[in-house]
Amino acid sequence: MRVWRWLVAIATFLFGRRVRQERKRAKQREKRQEAEAKDPIVAQGSPERGAENLVVALLGIASLFALGFVVVYALFSPAGIPNELLGICLGMCFLFVGGALTVVAKRLVVTEELEDDYPEAHPGQQKEIVEIVRESGSRITRKRLLLGAGAATAGAVGLAAITPALSLGPIWDTAPLDQTPWRRGVRLVDEDGNPLSANGVAAGTFYTAFPEGANNEEIGSSLIVVRLDPSKLKLPASRANWAPGGILAFSKICTHAGCAVALYRKPTFPVIEPKPALVCPCHYSTFDPYTGGDVIYGPAGRPLPQLPLMVDDAGDLRAAGNFSARVGPSWWNVREAPTSE
Amino acid sequence: MTEHIEDPVRFIDERTSAAPLLRKSMRYLFPDHWSFLLGEVALYSFIVLIATGVYLALFFDPSTAKTVYHGPYTPLDGQQMSAAYKSVLDISFSYKAGLLIRQTHHWAADVFVASIVMHLMRVFFTGAFRKPRELTWLIGLVLLFTAFLEGYLGYSLVDDLLSGMGLAIGYGVGLSLPVIGGPLVLAIFGAPFPGKGVFWSRMYIAHVFLIPMLLATLIGVHLALVMARHHTQFKETSRHTQRRIVGVPLFPGQAPRSLALMFFVVGILFLLGGLIQINPIWQWGPFEPWLGTNGAQPDWYLGWLIGALRLMPSFDVTIGHYTLIPNPFWGGILFPLFVLGVLASFPWLERKLTRDHEVHNLADRPRHAPSRTAFGVAFLAWVFLIFAFGAADRLFVLFGLSYNTQLYVFRIGIWIVPAVLFFVTRRLCHGLQAADLAEARHGAALAEAERRRAAVGTGLESRGP
Repeated sequence: MRVWRWLVAIATFLFGRRVRQERKRAKQREKRQEAEAKDPIVAQGSPERGAENLVVALLGIASLFALGFVVVYALFSPAGIPNELLGICLGMCFLFVGGALTVVAKRLVVTEELEDDYPEAHPGQQKEIVEIVRESGSRITRKRLLLGAGAATAGAVGLAAITPALSLGPIWDTAPLDQTPWRRGVRLVDEDGNPLSANGVAAGTFYTAFPEGANNEEIGSSLIVVRLDPSKLKLPASRANWAPGGILAFSKICTHAGCAVALYRKPTFPVIEPKPALVCPCHYSTFDPYTGGDVIYGPAGRPLPQLPLMVDDAGDLRAAGNFSARVGPSWWNVREAPTSE
Repeated sequence: MTEHIEDPVRFIDERTSAAPLLRKSMRYLFPDHWSFLLGEVALYSFIVLIATGVYLALFFDPSTAKTVYHGPYTPLDGQQMSAAYKSVLDISFSYKAGLLIRQTHHWAADVFVASIVMHLMRVFFTGAFRKPRELTWLIGLVLLFTAFLEGYLGYSLVDDLLSGMGLAIGYGVGLSLPVIGGPLVLAIFGAPFPGKGVFWSRMYIAHVFLIPMLLATLIGVHLALVMARHHTQFKETSRHTQRRIVGVPLFPGQAPRSLALMFFVVGILFLLGGLIQINPIWQWGPFEPWLGTNGAQPDWYLGWLIGALRLMPSFDVTIGHYTLIPNPFWGGILFPLFVLGVLASFPWLERKLTRDHEVHNLADRPRHAPSRTAFGVAFLAWVFLIFAFGAADRLFVLFGLSYNTQLYVFRIGIWIVPAVLFFVTRRLCHGLQAADLAEARHGAALAEAERRRAAVGTGLESRGP
């Protein structure tokens, strides 16, 4: 019996205390809520059950679209999956969530219009910053020397830090910009490596040719080849033999910005397009094949480099030398006019 | 409900001491005006770009290694191409929802830049760039130009015909930089165009990591500066002053609005990605340096550069037979740098011209700063006309307008139209101001008549002139 009494006493002590504490806390909370209700931070408004229902409905529709996305993804094979349906599911899902949030913003959350100060400058603290910096140097006598040494070191360290960047490319050696695979005797081939025969070059169209056995992707490789009436050519005297049978070859890379000169303007209406011309589709630089690639229209600043041609014993076209000028877009120091090679 | 919030708030504050900051941020005020949402649209487009970009990066192969395509898109079956281009074909055709994510990514990029430009125009025409917000303005400009580069690299990575043509032009423009052009492009491309394979991994790391990190940092600093100085506001009532801001608090007022906008932006971008085709790369085919196609157009935000490159007359600066400044420099480098320079220096330029060194927290209505508005309209028109000429070949195809005629009309028009617009706009601003004033006088006269009528107890309203 005694033990039982003791147990009751301990239980009362323990749990009674907890109950007491909880009551105390509840009272405090009530007090705080009362105080909050009297002076709320956020303005209070009346409830709107209709808007709450609307939000739930909109979120429900959004969820349906999200699930729809999952279903579409699961049902179709990669080849047959309709992109439009996927986009509609995902897009509408997000739009309905946005709609729900709009209802929250417009009808469930109180609209407060509050005022606040724009921040001002702090002249006092500005002064103190300057003072701290100034007073921190009280033991230093030769400030300029130290600053100079610091700056010089920063420069040296910076130089060392950026030096590895020199390995990014052949920065000092710009010779590759000028090199082409064309030499005297190199045969012209098409994209599949078949030789281009002089007889196979027809007038009124253009051919793309490459140096046999070289890398087609090199900027100095690709040629645009056309056949014109030899009697109408007005090539410079030094290029008199460059166009056997009226066949001319030019670098296919525009001297303006490096696009492929991939259009051959074959006049269909001679009044405004007096004669055939080579056109770059990027910025419409237009080159005159009759005069050896001179710019007749558009922004290019120098002629399209011409490649001298010859016909070998088998009747195939071969280079009779290198280009008349550097190929590719112009840059600092590029020779503008062709030189006699 | 609120009991559950007490514990985490206490937990966070006791460990980070962030309660004062949080408390203040929750009641940070947003002036209520629709035009202030443009910047937010850019921010949310950026979030979509990151999310869709991460997905794409899981499938994209930044390699120029040659491979042969065998896949569901039969017109290119058996075609030799780079692994990069093949992986984008696979994203488009072989992975479920891959095309949706890719197109949404592309649309998000276009909307991202467009909303930054709109936001820039709003800030310019309301004078919101003035002291104390010049740094925010400068960072915004750097953001915009970084976004141009990021977008350009993004569509260049695909290695289709159009992206290759774009890279060739980029190479030509880089090469045109006086003195350092050659070494610079060799450093970037690793070799003369089309460059070494390593160029692709450089472009890739720049597009998916370096530049996005830079953009995110700039966005963070931009927003922090906005927070530090607060938004500008229009003088809507007598409560809106230079020293007092009136607005909706972040919580609970602004948060659901802004989130709603975010979901709308994301939703519209996915609808665009699903319903409206953008850059169908499979139609262009793989790029080779000797290939080109007519009617090629870049993404819209680079249109002003292609316009400038096309509009520029054939003109290199040369000494004897040596080129000093090749042609692409004018349209590809000098023109965008000039536009950037004018915009960047404008806050200081205006301060010098108006001798106004004050802090400005009130945004101008455009009509109240006639000279600035007129200059803005003229400058915008100049850039826009050059942009429009970038599409001259499309205008030829669509409307039969001769390219040549357009060229000469535009070469003159880009100078005359902005000049005319400058004077017209300034006149219009003064006119609107006068109209406002007349209306205000009329209102004051009405009030006066009302007062008298009330005093006398009789009388009719007499309308002012």
